[in-house]
Amino acid sequence: MKKSFKDRLQAWDSGQFELGDALVRETDGRRPPEKEEDVSWAHVPVGRVSQVERRLFRVLYPVLAGLLALVMIAFLLFVVEQLPAFGDALSPANSSEVIKRYIASGLTETGAVNIVAGIILDYRAFDTLGESHVLFTAAIVVFILLLAETELPDKPSDRRILMDDLIFKKTAFFLSPFILLFGTYVILNGHLGPGGGFSGGALIGAGLILVSMAFGPRVSGRIVALKSYRRIVLVSLLFYSLAKGYSFFCGANGLHTIFRPGTPGRIFSAGLILPLNIAVGLVVACTMFGFYSLFTRESV
Amino acid sequence: MSFFLNFPLFIIILSLMTAVTSSLLKEKAARVLTLALAAVAAVLNLLTLAYTAAEGKSFTYLMGHYPHPWGNELKFGILEPLFAAAFAAVLFLSVLGGKKQLDQKLEHSKGRFYYVLCDLVLVSLTALVYTNDIFTGYVFIEICTLSSCGLLLIRQNGRTILASVRYMMFSLIGSGLFLFGVIFLYSLTGHLLLPNLKESIAVLNASGERRLPLLAAVSLITIGISVKSGLAPFHLWMADTYGAALPSSSGILSGLVSKGYAFFLIKLVFDAFGPAFFYTSGVQNILFAFGVLGILLGSVGALRENNIFRMNAYSSAAQIGYIYMGIGLSATMGIEAALFQILTHALTKPAIFLASAGLSDSAGGAKKFHNLQGTGFMNPFAGVSFSFEAFSMIGLPFTMGFISKYLFGMAAFDSTHNKMIPTLIALALSTILNTLYFARTILRIYNTPENGGTVRVPIRQQKNFFIAGSLFALANLFFGIFARPFIAFLADGLRIF
Amino acid sequence: MLTALWNNRIEVVAVILFAVGFSTLLLHRNLLKKVIGLNIMDTAAYLFLTSLGYIRDRLSPIITDGATDPEAYVNPLPAGLVLTGIVVSVSVTAVMLGLTLRLYKRYHTLNLDEIYRMTHEEQEAER
Repeated sequence: MKKSFKDRLQAWDSGQFELGDALVRETDGRRPPEKEEDVSWAHVPVGRVSQVERRLFRVLYPVLAGLLALVMIAFLLFVVEQLPAFGDALSPANSSEVIKRYIASGLTETGAVNIVAGIILDYRAFDTLGESHVLFTAAIVVFILLLAETELPDKPSDRRILMDDLIFKKTAFFLSPFILLFGTYVILNGHLGPGGGFSGGALIGAGLILVSMAFGPRVSGRIVALKSYRRIVLVSLLFYSLAKGYSFFCGANGLHTIFRPGTPGRIFSAGLILPLNIAVGLVVACTMFGFYSLFTRESV
Repeated sequence: MSFFLNFPLFIIILSLMTAVTSSLLKEKAARVLTLALAAVAAVLNLLTLAYTAAEGKSFTYLMGHYPHPWGNELKFGILEPLFAAAFAAVLFLSVLGGKKQLDQKLEHSKGRFYYVLCDLVLVSLTALVYTNDIFTGYVFIEICTLSSCGLLLIRQNGRTILASVRYMMFSLIGSGLFLFGVIFLYSLTGHLLLPNLKESIAVLNASGERRLPLLAAVSLITIGISVKSGLAPFHLWMADTYGAALPSSSGILSGLVSKGYAFFLIKLVFDAFGPAFFYTSGVQNILFAFGVLGILLGSVGALRENNIFRMNAYSSAAQIGYIYMGIGLSATMGIEAALFQILTHALTKPAIFLASAGLSDSAGGAKKFHNLQGTGFMNPFAGVSFSFEAFSMIGLPFTMGFISKYLFGMAAFDSTHNKMIPTLIALALSTILNTLYFARTILRIYNTPENGGTVRVPIRQQKNFFIAGSLFALANLFFGIFARPFIAFLADGLRIF
Repeated sequence: MLTALWNNRIEVVAVILFAVGFSTLLLHRNLLKKVIGLNIMDTAAYLFLTSLGYIRDRLSPIITDGATDPEAYVNPLPAGLVLTGIVVSVSVTAVMLGLTLRLYKRYHTLNLDEIYRMTHEEQEAER
């Protein structure tokens, strides 16, 4: 049925017809009610709608995407070909004044034997401050996502990965204390050797996850009570922000901080780096374990 | 060194600590803290602005004891504190104005996390605006992405989760490209701090060596950022995202997050790539073309929609197109226009989302136009607010929208012929389409409903929205009327960028 | 050209991995595979970055005997950047997996097309 322009205008004026619809399809003047409630789609059989466009899209899309990937590889290879050679001591990145100072005076300026620790926790500490808050942000988002889940009740088997296996349990029993101990060592020696808060924290987190997988949350809760994970993260992050804020403020205003580099090589040296490593380690360990607990639906 | 220069650091540390503390507080306390934080941040930024504007030069602020190229730094002249203050103020007004919807629709177990994420958005925007280090930029871009994804997810139904997946996909592709660009740049120059990057790029550019990798690095960074802020053809997630989220979230996402990325790109163009290199590299032409494309696709998309929130989303895509068109046009007037457009859109779009939510609520949560009939009479303030902001989007005189279109027009006449014509055509077409789709909405909401009997929503039931909406409108009028000195101020800022 | 590529072989591998991850992220309709693609993409970036810092015949940047000659150690900065990057990628992966889990519990499929169709029908029902 074809309508004249005037009819359309009148229909639009009385709210039966939308300009947007004119470009898509015509409505028959009914106003279906709008619904806000959620429908669970668990019962809908898969693959009911198949449109020509959709099928065409399914064929074309992989082809186009594959082509894009090939073009991208070719382009990037041309770029890589012109980049400085691998392992070259004279390339801009490896011969700049930046690196020279990091190595030549890093030991005296930061007190850290591990230059990388000195860079990430002193020279470029603002990055690292942001980075530990990336973890915090992710933890909050995952918390929002997984916590108040109301739709479908889970079967108990979905909920926990409890490996009821003798070999696994025994291995975990003997291994986990060493993993936790090694993690602690890596954190505490972050300024003296390879390691630091991130790697040590990840180790401790893995150890806790192992314990929880093998013996259930009740046993891992005995190492540190589940409730206190969030507090540990918060206190560590607050300490981190405060300490670094103080250090940034002093640095920018030309003041000396109360933290001294100390004697390089000692455990209590390198100023703020050791406490910051501990804080970062706690944050990482607790967040990793928190992710695990959230994904396996134990409460944190 | 003056004490005023410490304020950016204080804002960043304070917002980090507020975010962390808020996650233990009750919902109400967290909200009060967020609002207070945003207000304090705006005021401190303005104080810094007063100082830098009086001094008339830009400052670097050491984050630690080591200057560039060794340690992290902040750098700010006039534009940085100005935009940081504007972002904080808009965040404040968006959260304040959306209080009613937040109260109704947040699940109370999760309410406080919403405000934690608002704090994190604020800190990441502030750090992005102030930072003098490209890798710090990467870290805070990621915080911004994750926290804005959380803002979307706070109200979970199938569509918001799917919308967040799409949003994350595009964002992550964008950050992947950005990171690779940064790595190329590091490999070519050996630096990460913007002033040193600028020097090395100028040297490389003059020598003509390794031109392809340099171009690749700059274009990867530029494309990565523009994908993240939703430039066409990567704008399709917006409609789903803003259509399903809470009005405050939509306002923050469209008004702040994508604008923060755009500002960071402008900062990179001036402080890292150097306008001299960037505007001869050809990357600016790509940006220009996609900006024009974005304007047209966004406007047509908005015209096709019959859901008010999705229409606003498409209109955002068009406005982002304007910003990138301005960046692509020219280093002086084009960037000025883009900067003004960032402010215009940041002050307009959140208000439109809030007003749309007010209208939609008075029609019982309806979102389609034919069900919004007559809502302008039911909720008079929302109707007036929506109409005013729509006029600003269309570009009626005395509003910021008019000034920003005028600036784009002037920038077009200032540039070369092959950019002048497309810019003018895009401006004209987009103004017509804008008028069409906003006029349609305004006529619809002021059309008498058939069944007559309506409930009016008085202002005293929506005090917060009233305050926020009027402040948005007043700011818009203020900058629209006193535009000339303000543009001169922006130009000063650009000179010392 | 080929010798230059051979000299940069690690970067070449990284670039190919990046494109593989990128296309996996675009190509696959399965959400989990998309997350895997994302991880490949990130890992490629870190491989590239790490390879930038390597200098032939030099020691790792840990000063053991007090020697602070810049000629003796490899470039320590990329290691620090990679450390930062890894944490970012872990966080992003956690969020993506959380989203995947939620979508799976709701729609009982990981195929994005199917999920899209179902949400689209939900939306149609709203009209």
